[in-house]
Amino acid sequence: MSLDSLTRRRALGLGLGALVLTGCGGGGGPRQAAQQQTGAQATAAPTTYTGPAVSLAFWNGFTGGDGPFMKRLVEQFNGEHPNIKVTMNVYQWADYYAKVPAAVSAGQGPDLGIMHVDSVATNAARQVVLPLDDVAKALNLTEADFSPPVWQAGVYKGARYSIPLDVHPLGMFYNKAVMKKAGLDPENPPKNGEEYLAALEELKKAGIQGHWATPFPFTGSMQFGTLLHQYGGRLFAEDASVSRFAEDPGVQALTWLVDLVNKGYSPKNVGQDADFIALQNGKAAFNWNGIWSINTLREVENLEWGVAPLPQIGTQPSAWAGSHQFVVFKQRTPDQNKLAAAKVFINWISGHSIEWAKAGQVPARKTIRESAEFKALKEQAAIGSQIDYLYFLPSVAGIGDASAVVDQAVNAAILMKKSPKDALTEAAAKADKVLEQNRKKYGA
Amino acid sequence: MVTLTATKAARSRAGTLTWSGRATPYLFMAPYLVLFCVFVLAPAVFGLWVSLHDWDYLLEGKPFVGLDNYSALFDPSSAVYDDFWVSMRATGIFTLFSVPFLVVLPLGVALMLNRPFRGRTFFRGLFFAPYVLGVAVVCLMWRLLLDPNLGLIDWLLGTDIAWTTAVPWAWVALVGVTVWWTLGFNGVIYLAGMQDIPRELYDAAKVDGAGRWAEFRHVTLPGLRPVALFVVTTTILASANMFGQSYLLTQGAPGGETRTAIVYILDVGLSQYKMGSASAMSYVLTLALIVVSVLNFRLFRGRS
Repeated sequence: MSLDSLTRRRALGLGLGALVLTGCGGGGGPRQAAQQQTGAQATAAPTTYTGPAVSLAFWNGFTGGDGPFMKRLVEQFNGEHPNIKVTMNVYQWADYYAKVPAAVSAGQGPDLGIMHVDSVATNAARQVVLPLDDVAKALNLTEADFSPPVWQAGVYKGARYSIPLDVHPLGMFYNKAVMKKAGLDPENPPKNGEEYLAALEELKKAGIQGHWATPFPFTGSMQFGTLLHQYGGRLFAEDASVSRFAEDPGVQALTWLVDLVNKGYSPKNVGQDADFIALQNGKAAFNWNGIWSINTLREVENLEWGVAPLPQIGTQPSAWAGSHQFVVFKQRTPDQNKLAAAKVFINWISGHSIEWAKAGQVPARKTIRESAEFKALKEQAAIGSQIDYLYFLPSVAGIGDASAVVDQAVNAAILMKKSPKDALTEAAAKADKVLEQNRKKYGA
Repeated sequence: MVTLTATKAARSRAGTLTWSGRATPYLFMAPYLVLFCVFVLAPAVFGLWVSLHDWDYLLEGKPFVGLDNYSALFDPSSAVYDDFWVSMRATGIFTLFSVPFLVVLPLGVALMLNRPFRGRTFFRGLFFAPYVLGVAVVCLMWRLLLDPNLGLIDWLLGTDIAWTTAVPWAWVALVGVTVWWTLGFNGVIYLAGMQDIPRELYDAAKVDGAGRWAEFRHVTLPGLRPVALFVVTTTILASANMFGQSYLLTQGAPGGETRTAIVYILDVGLSQYKMGSASAMSYVLTLALIVVSVLNFRLFRGRS
């Protein structure tokens, strides 16, 4: 699961394929239908579909342990809806993000799919996905049904383009055996900066480097973003006009991470995934990782582990999160029946997302998140308790291009190639140029 | 001469036969030619056109920008200047250090495997074996083996070298893994070339009193020249196109220093969707490779 998101932004895999399709697709197709496709369908019944039998192509990137959960949900849906047949296709996220726009452009796009929240704006600007305000209206969905940041994250230029399925925040995973070895209480993991550093100091005395500071985007950049928000900063201005990660909170955040290495709480040169491996084989006590790690850790034999919300290091609580969201793809010839059926599908899956939570996710839907059934999923619920202070990137087209620049700065600083301040200042200058390029490209 | 007469005879016998005779080579080449035009030539020309625009195939406006995408590559204040040249340097460093090993080591291996000894077939298979592995398998395996803190290699050596996260060690790892992985391929080409060298030349050398070194120097090496030209050319191009190792083994660490040009170009073109800029970069890279290839051909021709 970590690999799937890892490669997604640099969607390179099917590069050539996409280019070839570009040549054949001729581009113009999907665009003209935009206006007719929206608006007209608000009349359709929101939660049941009574029209002629339709089939829906549903694409996503759930290649990991999450795939079977979604497949089971789709099968159950098909069983309960004899006149809708949903076929699910799974691609590596990297391939998916290259393939879907090409397929839509060639008029061969799927009917609906899943996108990570930080890709929605870009795909909205590139006219790959359709506005869904009417779907939200028809299904009676509002901000109160989810949580404000998750719900707002799907809005681009005043229109909604996606319906949240889940959020997947970082949590603090800890190895109980290692904590015990250092004389720490494994049932009471640190909750703030002071406790956290004190625990790391105890671990150091016991010869253990407690928190391996990874220089890689998974999850080094996410830890950086979390700390930056905890210190009261923002990665970018709200409208993404300029980057803000090189301001004081950013420097504080990156310095804190680099200091883990300087103070001997982390080894130098932590390799890709080494931090997560170290947690599993008892070389580290803590690992800030995504909620998707739950099922991975559960399969490790004889590992005593727990998970808690991230400690509050800075002045306020905050945590990185991603979110899978439903999107509907543009078609050359819009089919009202399919759109109506897609609505039913989105609403049904969202309503049954407790099953999805078991795959290692926090349901976006509030009623489900607050149900006793979800609270019974101890690990998911612990990470889910951070829901009110998760941060997302501004909903601006091409924002991923600018945040990739941050990855390089975090990498250089934690690998001791540059000081935190220099790395961030240089990166900010570059990110501002990228943001300016994108404003020109996508229109401010 | 014989063929010529035969053709003349055929021509005088039947006109249709002559015509088909003339078209035959083109007919045989046609399938490849069609594929070449559709999948290589046309995209290449299209790419040149794309590089003159701010091109995103999904956006309505694809404004013509002239040579802006090219001049940005040479303007230190542009958004792409640093990253592009760092990635070009990475490609250059990798090519410079991997090609000599990939040209010389397989030659040595081929020389050994060309001599008769017990278990020769087994060893031939052994050296070639890594080549059949996919890049993802090779890189994931070596990433774990070379991990600076948990890896087996450092443990065996009793060192704590940061093979995957610091330069110059990351270069050693990238070159080393690539050599281990692809050495067998060049080895097989050399081996085939050696088996094509006529035995009589070696006999003649022996008669002239040549030792083993003189045999190698005056018979084997000259006999391998066309093969070596092929090996050097394809190895340079393959090294300059290195993608997977940088993408998976080091992920560009530290701070993008080991990110190769191809990785960066794909990032710009297909994840940032700035296809005009990416095409311009591709053309600059292509131009550099053409220059290197021409020099390479000159070098080999000059010696003969």
